[in-house]
Amino acid sequence: MALLEVEDLRVEFPTRRGALLALDGVSLEINEGEVLGVVGESGAGKSLTGAAIIGLLEPPGRVTGGKIRLEGHRIDTLSYEEMRNIRGKKIGAIFQDPLTSLNPLYTIGRQLIETIRVHMDVSPEAARARAIELLGEVGIPAPERRIDSYPHEFSGGMRQRVVISLALCANPRLIIADEPTTALDVSIQAQIIALLKKLCREHKTAVMLITHDMGVIAETADRVAVMYAGRVAEIGPVKRVVKQPKHPYTVGLMGAIPMVGHDVERLTQIEGAMPRLNEIPPGCSFNPRCPKVFDKCRMERPELMPAGRNAEAACWQFDKGGRRG
Amino acid sequence: MTAYILQRIFQALAVMVVVAFVSFLMFNFVGDPVDNMVGQEASYEDREEMRDRLGLNDPFVVQFARFVGNAVRGEFGISYRLQRPVATLISERMPATLELVGASALLSILIGIPLGVYTGIRRYAISSRVILTLSLAGVSLPTFVIGILLIYVFSVNLGWLPSFGRGQATQIGWWSTSFLTVSGWKAIIMPSITLALFQMTLILRLVRSEMLEVMRTDYIKFARARGLPDRLINFGHAFKNTLVPVITIIGLNVGSLIAFSIITETVFQWPGMGFLFIQAVGFADVPVMAAYLVMVAAIFVAINLIVDILYFVVDPRLRVDRTVASGSGE
Ligand SMILES: Nc1ncnc2c1ncn2[C@@H]1O[C@H](COP(=O)(O)OP(=O)(O)OP(=O)(O)O)[C@@H](O)[C@H]1O
Ligand code: SF4
Ligand SMILES: [Mg+2]
Repeated sequence: MALLEVEDLRVEFPTRRGALLALDGVSLEINEGEVLGVVGESGAGKSLTGAAIIGLLEPPGRVTGGKIRLEGHRIDTLSYEEMRNIRGKKIGAIFQDPLTSLNPLYTIGRQLIETIRVHMDVSPEAARARAIELLGEVGIPAPERRIDSYPHEFSGGMRQRVVISLALCANPRLIIADEPTTALDVSIQAQIIALLKKLCREHKTAVMLITHDMGVIAETADRVAVMYAGRVAEIGPVKRVVKQPKHPYTVGLMGAIPMVGHDVERLTQIEGAMPRLNEIPPGCSFNPRCPKVFDKCRMERPELMPAGRNAEAACWQFDKGGRRG
Repeated sequence: MTAYILQRIFQALAVMVVVAFVSFLMFNFVGDPVDNMVGQEASYEDREEMRDRLGLNDPFVVQFARFVGNAVRGEFGISYRLQRPVATLISERMPATLELVGASALLSILIGIPLGVYTGIRRYAISSRVILTLSLAGVSLPTFVIGILLIYVFSVNLGWLPSFGRGQATQIGWWSTSFLTVSGWKAIIMPSITLALFQMTLILRLVRSEMLEVMRTDYIKFARARGLPDRLINFGHAFKNTLVPVITIIGLNVGSLIAFSIITETVFQWPGMGFLFIQAVGFADVPVMAAYLVMVAAIFVAINLIVDILYFVVDPRLRVDRTVASGSGE
């Protein structure tokens, strides 16, 4: 059983002119302790998937279909209060901008101790000791002194380390890291990713790593999910996806050899742009841009289907019953 | 930190000197003080002698220095109209005004802040919409209209509350308070509500919009993602981050309460400084006007100073040395 199973997840935004279907049947799994990379163009639905999993979609956005299971139990049907006990304790999150992720008016120690004590039944002293230990683990020098500093007394990279310690402090099984290094200086991005990977391996925490950076995915992830227009286009082990992409969209993405620092936007060699939510064509949403398009693609929407060894892709080319046109 | 506070105190003093100068000019250019004292019949010699005695023939700077020296000791001369020392008049009237302003400030803060937090958090609740709609009335109705309405309902029609005065005041040293008698409590209800209403709605709306703003920030999202309970997020993380603007507005609030108290005191014939001032204006009673101006300015400046120091207590980012902070980080 996978740690997290997302099945046919749908997220809608009600608008005056009908509902916008922002996620249209996202399915993916994350196993214990693995790093799942999530890539895709801006607006593909990566952040929404993460927010839906942790139960923090911004209203009016809401889950209108599908199932989310954590350790085999449905979590999409839990109340806000029940879900609160899962957040931080079972599923942690790290956001993009470390400069704004910490409350400027509280010391980092206070924020850590508060979080630890919400999830664990420990004394303030024990929580403080744990906080100092965590700060040491994430590489804050002299943690016993720095614990009483305010966020503005740290640099961006150091703040993201503090954020990581906060996300990890109750030992969650899964961390959703939404572009955790995008806002950072290029020179420290690799350090932060390496730290995240190391810590999660040590704590056996799985990571859903959302990023534009194919290089980071190639180096860090075990498996990768490629998203396009609110769906998963392809999912599989990262080596296989990079070397032998199956879905025409992934093929386009991998058209150039990925290197650290090159993001998906710039790698894209595909003509055209991802359709807006209210203009998604019938059939396969990629069909207007697809070099391999055939008749069926314009009529029916492909679900994720086996596409060879270790490969799943949402593309009619791999439909065993059907034929290429 | 001490440098910051010293700087603020220095600024406050500078403001006070300017205010003193303005009220000093008022003495010299609004009517002739000698006229006001000796009357029209006095001879030219009498007047000159009087001018000498009062020091009005001294150089300008000397006169100003003397004025400031007197003002610091609370001496503003004799009221033209009442023929009593201004200092005595003011000290008789000040408690009434300060009690009214204090009661209104407490009302507007103790009601405005919780309602602001509530409507900020329960954004879509019907109760929030009702509160907001009602608060519009508070913002748009002029103070005197509210006062007159209250008087009409509770004094004229129902006869529950007195329509003027401050009831039976009790003297404690030089301070006279209306909080020790039932009639005093009854008397302060309507004036303080009248005065508080506008400020209360202002605070409510400000706290609400600040809460909405803060609720959108990343650190609140991250606090949610860590599973912190709403109680901690709303009243700890979120509310505390609204405090800097809220403290600012409360500071301004107390200031404008003093300013608006002139109207309220007139409507309710409240025996405070504002009422005294309005009467003084009618008679061109310059010493009283000048003293009122300096007093009110001193209170404003003191409030500002307190607000600046509170910023400091609330926001750790201000506590760093300016020069270090600008190149902050590592
Ligand atoms: N509040 C909202 N109202 C309407 N549509 C929204 C809202 N929030 C997100 N969307 C839409 O949902 C889609 C997916 O957004 P999401 O933030 O998940 O993209 P993303 O893949 O994370 O992109 P990026 O790489 O830019 O972060 C986008 O097309 C966006 O326009
Ligand atoms: S289903 Fe058709 S249009 Fe869609 S990716 Fe596959 S080949 Fe292209
Ligand atoms: Mg995103």
